[in-house]
Amino acid sequence: MNLADSTPAMNTLLGSEADSQRTLYPYVTGTSVVGIKYKDGILLAADMGGSYGSTLRYKTVERLKPVGKHSIIGASGEISDFQEIMRYLDELILYDNMWDDGNSLGPKEVHNYLTRMMYNRRNKFNPLWNSLVLGGVKNGQKYLGTVSMIGVHYEDNHVATGFGNHLARPILRDEWHENLTFEEGVKLLEKCMRVLLYRDRSAVNKLQIAKITEAGVTISQPYSLKTFWDFSAFKNPTVGAEGSW
Amino acid sequence: MTKQQANWSPYDNNGGTCVAIAGADYCVIAADTRMSTGYNILTRDYSKIIQLADKSVMASSGFQADVRALQKVLAARHLIYQHQHNKQMSCPAMAQLLSNTLYYKRFFPYYAFNVLGGLDNEGKGCVFTYDAVGSYERVGYSSQGSGATLITPFLDNQLKSPSPLLLPAKDAVTPLSESEAIDLVKTCFASATERDIYTGDKLEMVILNASGIRREYMELRKD
Repeated sequence: MNLADSTPAMNTLLGSEADSQRTLYPYVTGTSVVGIKYKDGILLAADMGGSYGSTLRYKTVERLKPVGKHSIIGASGEISDFQEIMRYLDELILYDNMWDDGNSLGPKEVHNYLTRMMYNRRNKFNPLWNSLVLGGVKNGQKYLGTVSMIGVHYEDNHVATGFGNHLARPILRDEWHENLTFEEGVKLLEKCMRVLLYRDRSAVNKLQIAKITEAGVTISQPYSLKTFWDFSAFKNPTVGAEGSW
Repeated sequence: MTKQQANWSPYDNNGGTCVAIAGADYCVIAADTRMSTGYNILTRDYSKIIQLADKSVMASSGFQADVRALQKVLAARHLIYQHQHNKQMSCPAMAQLLSNTLYYKRFFPYYAFNVLGGLDNEGKGCVFTYDAVGSYERVGYSSQGSGATLITPFLDNQLKSPSPLLLPAKDAVTPLSESEAIDLVKTCFASATERDIYTGDKLEMVILNASGIRREYMELRKD
């Protein structure tokens, strides 16, 4: 048998990357999302950077979006997958609305839908490369949950994705309480986002904060945090850590 | 662009420990409420225990997404069972169903480590212990999950259950009273929490006996 004949078969068996039809790794990604419950509802924060590997490729990516009347979603990970998720969700909300029965999907239902969607795609070995946060208020009930790429999900009083789990959640565990006012909530989120800005290289100083209460969704205009880079450790990071370079 | 991220895995280990002890007329099923991934604690209050029928309760650790999928399958199958037979499934029947459900995914397993506890048709406590692909056994007590390596030898030592090799077969239920069993479970978890980083935050116990079902909680170390 001619060796050359068997090459295409070998390629199929080895499953070369070139002919793969699924996400093997993400291209354009967003970093952490942080979310908290507060007195009247839910607050979510995310910056607007879109990274192409380690290149900061996009600077105006909206990663917080309303879903129906009672929910907001925040996404980190692959931006294109998030945009596809938004198409699915908008269709879900549209078809639900077309029943015209006065019922509407609340945050709990949307979160469950996302959970099944993420887990279903991981079962097909074709994951949606995101970590999602879903917050909302319906019938006086506050809801805040998260889902990962492979379908791991939970609810909590405060949640974060990616680096936020390392850097923001310890702050939230110290300082979060049930009766935060809107102003206190925003202040707390800004404290988290500032720490992320200093320590997460893919974070950018342009963020949005989304608020949801019984009254509805408001997503802030993009704004920046005040930073202070004159700490001596920032100015000369290698002092006291002498190395060959 | 060069690949930067690690290749993804369809599995994760979210940790957690499950214990069940069967007595002559009761059963204790317990698990901690911590959910972790790697060195992160995702949440401190996630229940790993689910009541599948009136007299069968399952505690599961492992990969949370798989565990939830498994719970949903069992709940759906039990609903069908109720419609077809107009009764609740018995604990030994649920045990067989759980085994079959796990084995159904033998070649893409649910990464779930379960103990099923309850009362059998005679009202006796029963515990069934599983591996991820559905091998199971009826025992007097069992521990599964990240703290099992610490708890199992301790239970072996304290409960001294009769060898399964004895002929004629001896009953595996433990000689302890209900309150003694609950205290033993509390000790097990307090100890496992000291060394296992995936166990902690809170202990949830479900106690089944002739008068019904109740839940008890105990705080555990949060570090």
